Amino acid sequence: MAESYVEEHEVTHHRALQHHFENMEQQREAGALGMWVFLVTEIMFFGGMFLAYTLYRRAYPQAFAAASNHLDIWLGATNTVILICSSFTMALTVYCTQVGKRQLQILFLILTMVFGATFLGIKAVEYHDKYRDNLIPGRLIPGRPFNPAVQQHGEPQDPHKLHLPEGASVRQVELFYWIYFAMTGMHAVHMIIGLGIMAFLLYFSIRGRYGPEYHNPIEVSGLYWHFVDIVWIFLFPLLYLLGRHMEGHG
Amino acid sequence: MEEFKVPPPSRVNYLNAEYGLKSWLLTKDHKRIALLYLGSISVFFMLGGVYAMLIRLELLSPHGQLMTSTTYNKVFTQHGIIMVFFFLIPSIPATLGNFLVPMMIGAKDLAFPRINLLSWYIYMLGGIVTIYALLAGGVDTGWTFYVPFSTTFSNSYVVATGLGVFISGFSSILTGLNFIVTIHTMRAPGMTWFRLPLFIWSHYATSLIMILGTPVIAITILLLAFERLAHIGIFDPAAGGDPILFQHLFWFYSHPAVYIMVLPGMGVVSELIANFSRKNVFGYSFVAFSSLAIAVFGFLVWGHHLFVAGQSVYAGMVFSFLSFAVAIPSAVKVFNWSATLYKGSISYATPMLYGLGFIGLFTVGGMTGLFLATLAVDVHLSDTYFVVAHFHYIMVGGTLLAYLGGLHYWWPKITGRMYPEGWGRFSALVVFIGFNLTFLPQFVLGYLGMPRRYHYYPDEYQVLHVLSTAGASILGVGLIIPAIYLLWSMRYGPIASANPWHLPGLEWRTQSPPPTENFEATPIVTWEAYEFAPLDEMEVVGRFTETELDAPA
Repeated sequence: MAESYVEEHEVTHHRALQHHFENMEQQREAGALGMWVFLVTEIMFFGGMFLAYTLYRRAYPQAFAAASNHLDIWLGATNTVILICSSFTMALTVYCTQVGKRQLQILFLILTMVFGATFLGIKAVEYHDKYRDNLIPGRLIPGRPFNPAVQQHGEPQDPHKLHLPEGASVRQVELFYWIYFAMTGMHAVHMIIGLGIMAFLLYFSIRGRYGPEYHNPIEVSGLYWHFVDIVWIFLFPLLYLLGRHMEGHG
Repeated sequence: MEEFKVPPPSRVNYLNAEYGLKSWLLTKDHKRIALLYLGSISVFFMLGGVYAMLIRLELLSPHGQLMTSTTYNKVFTQHGIIMVFFFLIPSIPATLGNFLVPMMIGAKDLAFPRINLLSWYIYMLGGIVTIYALLAGGVDTGWTFYVPFSTTFSNSYVVATGLGVFISGFSSILTGLNFIVTIHTMRAPGMTWFRLPLFIWSHYATSLIMILGTPVIAITILLLAFERLAHIGIFDPAAGGDPILFQHLFWFYSHPAVYIMVLPGMGVVSELIANFSRKNVFGYSFVAFSSLAIAVFGFLVWGHHLFVAGQSVYAGMVFSFLSFAVAIPSAVKVFNWSATLYKGSISYATPMLYGLGFIGLFTVGGMTGLFLATLAVDVHLSDTYFVVAHFHYIMVGGTLLAYLGGLHYWWPKITGRMYPEGWGRFSALVVFIGFNLTFLPQFVLGYLGMPRRYHYYPDEYQVLHVLSTAGASILGVGLIIPAIYLLWSMRYGPIASANPWHLPGLEWRTQSPPPTENFEATPIVTWEAYEFAPLDEMEVVGRFTETELDAPA
């Protein structure tokens, strides 16, 4: 403890203290508030898509229910559980950093990254299923327009075919899928950025930069990660669950 | 009177602490970043000004002799996009705000200096992408990018331009974020919320709009770009989509964006009026909270852009009412500024001329806004030159005048040199006359039925258009004069003292130009905002003189 030898009057600066802050407390406060404000901007960013979802769901409830039922609820539910676990391990990472348990801090950070990567893997499987069933909206994929096979009356049940109820059209289902891809895609982009941040944190954790005196980056990144999780907590029921009661599971 | 001692001018300041291009491009000093912004927005302002002159030249004659309709569409679109997104929105916050927010609250820098620099790079990247789009062929949708024209029918560079606007939006998000955190966490000891200069309050309110509104335009433009590229149908009625949704999303940002432009101007004017009347602002807390009220109400009025777009009549009535409500906090400001002048010791220096001009022109702009907020009147005036004149009174008569006033006012602090006062007053007058001659006739034109965005018009409108173009030329001259003498003064202007206006604000209690860390030591604030009495007393007993201020302690 080199600090204890310094005279009392002399201010000791942590090496992570930036020149324009008076002390670590001020720096920590600024960092945390900065992240909260940033998360507010994120809410507004996703808000535009939530608005579009609300509007079109109200306009085309049957088409939205049908399209929603075509999503794989088990993959979605598994991902929800995985993300909640990752939030838990992230919270543990923050805690372990604050109390100075470095080994555990690194372990939980790695676990969080593993959960995050698994989520993205499952998401990729889901996206591929949609690609196979020609459910990628518009001309997002050149040469493979939105063109799902529609289940006709009297045909045997086929999970790859879209079950269209009365009053719903394929173009309305396409709107749902665009909103689905826009929202989950934007969410996935945030996950990937989050994994990048965690790789950065992991590198510096292994080098021992974070501890009880300086844990701001871990805390702030944790806030970001929890936010990304919460977005999914809203996306899962809106996209996968709402409207399941409106018709048979198809 | 210890607190009024100003450190002697030292040779080392933020401008000469380091030399070389790298020291500027990699700087984390908010004052240098403010100058980077100042330079770049000036370039964009000139570009937007060239487009404005092209528009006015084209409208000299009723039959569009100078350019084709497509070219004209591109010219007014690009004028709007450059001026709104690349000049007006960053104008005061990114230059004066960047320079002054830390200084006024007694901080060494903004909370996140690196993010501050990043915001400038993002702004430049957005600007370069937009300029690429302009060079590649331009864009002709109007600055509002309305669908379905922008998604389906326009044969111009909509996606590239949109991308430029999308990118530059993040610079304004980061600036807003930085200001909010700085104002919350970096205030000097003793600098309580109600001791903050009103400039800070208005920048706080502006930042709230920046962080709440800008992300929405980001997602809107993203959806627009995908719609144009992949034709998914989210804004296309043929596919079940709703084109009005685009207008709602667009104006949810773009109406509050008007307050991003004008609120910082109001902050500057509050400073100018108080300081050049040497009186505390009448009803300080009313002026402070009216900024927040404008920020809040500003988010609830976007529907007044959709009165004739197919929005429900009942929604229209609510939006009309709320638009009237915005007039209340705005009027509070105007009345309180006027009351501040009463029995003040007013000096008509150049910044004050701009400040007084702002009050007059903003009042006209605001009042005509009430005409447009009235449902029945708007049916007649919607999409006419009346609207054009109205928002130019707010954006040019308001924001630009405040920006110029603020630039003159803080010029000695920023550069350490005085601008030539005679030229300053002269050009302020020229700007005021030129501006009114340009835009007053446009109110009449709009009332008579001249639609906006048209370059063919009936012959009887020509007189008014000629007047407007003549005014624009005078306005142009009025803007070129300061550009020349401000540049001149950076080298040849008289050396400015630390506090050339004899004012109590924190930014005047350090040398001109300030050192990199702004203050010799962290200041401790023991006075209220706009407290002139102690200063005036010192002047009476002769203790507060230039020589004493400038002499080594």
